[in-house]
Amino acid sequence: MSADHLPEHPDFLWRNPEPKKSYDAVIVGGGGHGLATAYFLAKNHGMTNIAILEKGWLAGGNMARNTTIIRSNYLWDESAAIYEHALKLWEILPEELEYDFLFSQRGVMNLAHTLGDVRESVRRVGANRLNGVDAEWLDPEQVKELCPILNISDNIRYPVMGATYQPRAGIAKHDHVAWAFARKCDELGVDIIQNCEVTGFIKDGNRVTGVKTTRGTINTEKVGLCAAGHSSVLAEMAGFRLPIQSHPLQALVSELHEPVHPTVVMSNHVHVYVSQAHKGELVMGAGVDSYNGYGQRGSFHVIEEQMAAAVELFPIFARAHVLRTWGGIVDTTLDASPIVGLSPVENMFVNCGWGTGGFKGTPAAGLTFAHTIATGAPHTLNKPFALERFETGALIDEHGAAAVAH
Amino acid sequence: MLLISCPNCGPRDETEFHYGGQAHVAYPESPNDLTDREWAEYLFYRENTKGTFAERWVHSTGCRQWFNMLRDTVSYEIHSIYGMGQPRPDIKVPGQSSQTDKPGEFTQTGEFGQTEPGLAPGAPTTGVPISGSTAPTSSEGV
Ligand SMILES: Cc1cc2nc3c(=O)[nH]c(=O)nc-3n(C[C@H](O)[C@H](O)[C@H](O)COP(=O)(O)OP(=O)(O)OC[C@H]3O[C@@H](n4cnc5c(N)ncnc54)[C@H](O)[C@@H]3O)c2cc1C
Ligand SMILES: [Zn+2]
Repeated sequence: MSADHLPEHPDFLWRNPEPKKSYDAVIVGGGGHGLATAYFLAKNHGMTNIAILEKGWLAGGNMARNTTIIRSNYLWDESAAIYEHALKLWEILPEELEYDFLFSQRGVMNLAHTLGDVRESVRRVGANRLNGVDAEWLDPEQVKELCPILNISDNIRYPVMGATYQPRAGIAKHDHVAWAFARKCDELGVDIIQNCEVTGFIKDGNRVTGVKTTRGTINTEKVGLCAAGHSSVLAEMAGFRLPIQSHPLQALVSELHEPVHPTVVMSNHVHVYVSQAHKGELVMGAGVDSYNGYGQRGSFHVIEEQMAAAVELFPIFARAHVLRTWGGIVDTTLDASPIVGLSPVENMFVNCGWGTGGFKGTPAAGLTFAHTIATGAPHTLNKPFALERFETGALIDEHGAAAVAH
Repeated sequence: MLLISCPNCGPRDETEFHYGGQAHVAYPESPNDLTDREWAEYLFYRENTKGTFAERWVHSTGCRQWFNMLRDTVSYEIHSIYGMGQPRPDIKVPGQSSQTDKPGEFTQTGEFGQTEPGLAPGAPTTGVPISGSTAPTSSEGV
């Protein structure tokens, strides 16, 4: 846990090619999901004449802004299946990608502060175990043992009444995850094209045949959208709607500290979550801004509430300084589950709606979305997450069910 | 934090309000006749505009009244606040609909009824004055 152990900065792990006139597939969005999708398209499906188009710099969107929490303790079978598959991939990816992105399985605790929380949490532990997801229920003393700086006294406003604990959960160094995927994509022949904004689509009837970009028109047989906060903007360009609302979500870090926080602690009820980064910063997040926004910044009152909760739970944080705050734009759905699959436009595929919690899903999103793009059909793991569920009513309602949303 | 001018109470912090999503979404006239697709549209599909967006807010810790607001979802500038049941003001946002508009200058026109005499540009067409101020309050997130 020190800066000495950080992997090398990738100077430079991938080429910066000019866009070609045409590709077999184009991925819009060079965040973690776009990179993972391209990687699995090349590795599992042999599609190497493909490009990732990124309007800014590689993985500079939510991939660079998230708080890096990885867990799979979701309530419903469909979510548990896809997030647990992701977690299993996280466990093997550093070796497969030959790049150490500091995946640290230090465990994640989700605190319970009310009787309702306790019942819901115990239920989720049971559901997780039935789905083969490691989960335990901890009483306050066990919580204290795992994270000694937590205040478990019962005379605070929302005392800690216990926690669910997933030992295999943890954090990874997000930038390095992106670089690891980018390097392998590049090796496999994928063109990563930065500063290339998609501004429109070319269609033949209802079939997409190309993309218009700030660096010219590119013909392609297939388009995969991995644009997180901007998914509905792109869908509109392609002529269809998505049940997505974009909201600002922010996070912050303290200055560096000695290791004091050995695990990840999340609280839905008082809404703060904390981990300590490998270098030593305390990394903290809270909820989204209530209103729609594309401004990549968040409201100050959210930070105030989050700090109040953090200081009550972790009294030693009262002396820590906030070093930096920032925001990202997350694409939320009404059932708090992602949309991965076919779109109303032929040969165009959508991967979006991961909202505040899609970093952990990166490998499984990439793997299943690549399958969908290559075969034109859903993968068993992403099938339940199809757009049609809003019509059929087969929603996967993870709101509140899976602890704090990230 | 947004500074929102409640039509009844005047400018207050965002924390006094709750967000109600897209404005002007009418309940279907004959819900029983809707297809599953149309029902899904009504329940789950909302605009997610990057730019000027009409949305609803409620002053939950004040007068508890709902109202509509036109806000830019990129700059977070509030262009207009107007009553429930009032049509969306036809506001020309600089750089979006007309090049000749000066920044901060708004007009309301034709389709949505007459601009009442003496009413400040951007003020609600109900004629309910936004207390204390004539121009729409602009504000922004932090
Ligand atoms: C503050 C914060 C904390 C979070 N914490 C967690 C967490 O702890 N755990 C977790 O699992 N998840 C977390 N998330 C959510 C997670 O970051 C996202 O769900 C996930 O990153 C989304 O997939 P992505 O990485 O591909 O998105 P992004 O990295 O946002 O990729 C989308 C890319 O598309 C590009 N793009 C958009 N429009 C266009 C266009 N027209 N042309 C070309 N390119 C375009 C963007 O520039 C962007 O780079 C957090 C998010 C935020 C903002
Ligand atoms: Zn009021």
